[in-house]
Amino acid sequence: MLMEAQSQQQATKTHQYDAADVVLDCQAKQIFYSDFLAVRDSHVPIVKNKITGFIGPSGCGKSTVLKSINRMNDLIRGFRFEGNVHFHGMDIYDKKVDPVSVRRNIGMVFQQPNPFSMSIYENVAFGLRLNRYKGDMDEKVEKALRGAALWDEVKNKLKNNGLSLSGGQQQRLCIARAIATEPQVLLMDEPCSALDPIATRQIEELMVQLKERFTVAIVTHNMQQAQRVADQTAFFAVDISRGGRTGYLVEMAPTAELFSNPQEELTKEYLHGEFS
Amino acid sequence: MKNSSNETFHLPKLERQPFEPRALKSIVLSSITILSAVFACVPLFSVLIMLIYRGGKRLSFELFYALPPTAFETGGGFGNAILGTLFMVGLAALISVPFGILAAIYLAELGKYNKVAQIARFCAKTMTGLPSILAGVFAYAAVVLIMRNYSAWAGGIALSLLMIPVVMLTAEEAIKMVPQAMKDAAFGMGCTQTQSLVKVILPVAMPGLITGVVLAVARAAGETAPLLFTALFSDYWLRVNEPTASLAVLIYNYSGMPFENQIELAWAASLILVLMVFILNIISRAIGGKKRI
Ligand SMILES: Nc1ncnc2c1ncn2[C@@H]1O[C@H](COP(=O)(O)OP(=O)(O)OP(=O)(O)O)[C@@H](O)[C@H]1O
Ligand SMILES: [Mg+2]
Repeated sequence: MLMEAQSQQQATKTHQYDAADVVLDCQAKQIFYSDFLAVRDSHVPIVKNKITGFIGPSGCGKSTVLKSINRMNDLIRGFRFEGNVHFHGMDIYDKKVDPVSVRRNIGMVFQQPNPFSMSIYENVAFGLRLNRYKGDMDEKVEKALRGAALWDEVKNKLKNNGLSLSGGQQQRLCIARAIATEPQVLLMDEPCSALDPIATRQIEELMVQLKERFTVAIVTHNMQQAQRVADQTAFFAVDISRGGRTGYLVEMAPTAELFSNPQEELTKEYLHGEFS
Repeated sequence: MKNSSNETFHLPKLERQPFEPRALKSIVLSSITILSAVFACVPLFSVLIMLIYRGGKRLSFELFYALPPTAFETGGGFGNAILGTLFMVGLAALISVPFGILAAIYLAELGKYNKVAQIARFCAKTMTGLPSILAGVFAYAAVVLIMRNYSAWAGGIALSLLMIPVVMLTAEEAIKMVPQAMKDAAFGMGCTQTQSLVKVILPVAMPGLITGVVLAVARAAGETAPLLFTALFSDYWLRVNEPTASLAVLIYNYSGMPFENQIELAWAASLILVLMVFILNIISRAIGGKKRI
């Protein structure tokens, strides 16, 4: 009964999409870190060749949901995901699914830049080598670096260690590393938080280009950014009513609709607070 | 009447005030730390100076190719002991390095949270405190009694018992030092556990791994007690199935002898042992340094 009621409620919150357009359907019933219920009842469909933005206050579980989508959280002790994530007709949490293959098809850019301690070139070539890419490596590396708006800054020092770059450059290197293998879906956790406005714009342009071929999900604290790039926006909030601090999806809709005409009171308040 | 704005406005004093209490305190404290640091070097340098002074005059090529002299002979050397030490320490490294590093990978990565790892870590920590003579006694019972002979094998095995925990614990620390964010990145790119270890984690941990191995080798090279029960000593060239000479046991034996020649050789052997460890340290720094960020 309760489940039914919840899924009813769910249906009203999440805008309905044509099933054929949804490349990745994330239905998170409950996400735990050990005993701590971090996220509940969040149905986030990710539409193909579109950018899906995740917004919401700090600690509401945006990163948690995002990482659940490519099973990054498997590495955390005590992590438990209840629900399913449909990707190409398979549930990626199915026992038969190899999480390594999932991660090769669903790329990730993390909140903190985390290049490998190896040359800039090798950082970008890393995923290609992992997939035993046989073609012109130099060309792929250059293309990825150009895509991440980093090429001009590093083209003369590709042999230098990736860690010798500035924070913002490191983040763009991580973006280049992630797009070099051309994953079908790219998850980005606040990719621009360490970047200056120019690099941020470049990355936003990149995302818009990327969506022609890939699908992107991006977490951002920047409402303007969400409005600029996201086609769909999911708003999460923290529910403290049941004693814990559990995040959940409040509302998801096409971006323009969500910002101009939010259905939920909470969304209104949050957007109002952000803009005032 | 004074202008009130004048009264409240002070120019900040920016010049150094060397005689203020807080400046004095900091001068005194830093002098103490410097003195302590210098003092820590005193034992090492006094040993080195003494070794060079007493052992340096016997340094010659003969030491490396000649066999030990008999009681009243002059000259001679300890080529067999150098070879024996190299062989036994080499054997011990061959056993303990792969074994220790694989165990460390389990402790630091694969079995991070499980009971087996906790028990293994506890055992290794206990073993670092194991008196080295016990390693000798164990190898005596486990190898010498069974092979019915003192041998270089038994010596190498005894030394490896001392090296394994050192290699294992330093390697575990080195692997743990690799930032979690970098490990996440490896998994995020779709590495398997093995790929993330080989391609990302171990290369970054390499300087630490090398340091651990060098520490362990240096410790083993100077150990006497475990060899007394296992390799014993020999006046002849290395034969691996028979008693085998080593620098450490030679120093131990000869320094107590009433013959000038043997005592001089013991000093020279000490100097060479220290130089061997020293050179190993430098080589490892050269290798490890290249990998550093
Ligand atoms: N590894 C972890 N172990 C335990 N709890 C965690 C872990 N990671 C996150 N949490 C908890 O889960 C909740 C959601 O965290 P999450 O990182 O997903 O938030 P977020 O929305 O991404 O916040 P931010 O905008 O600050 O990045 C928080 O209460 C956090 O304390
Ligand atoms: Mg986050």
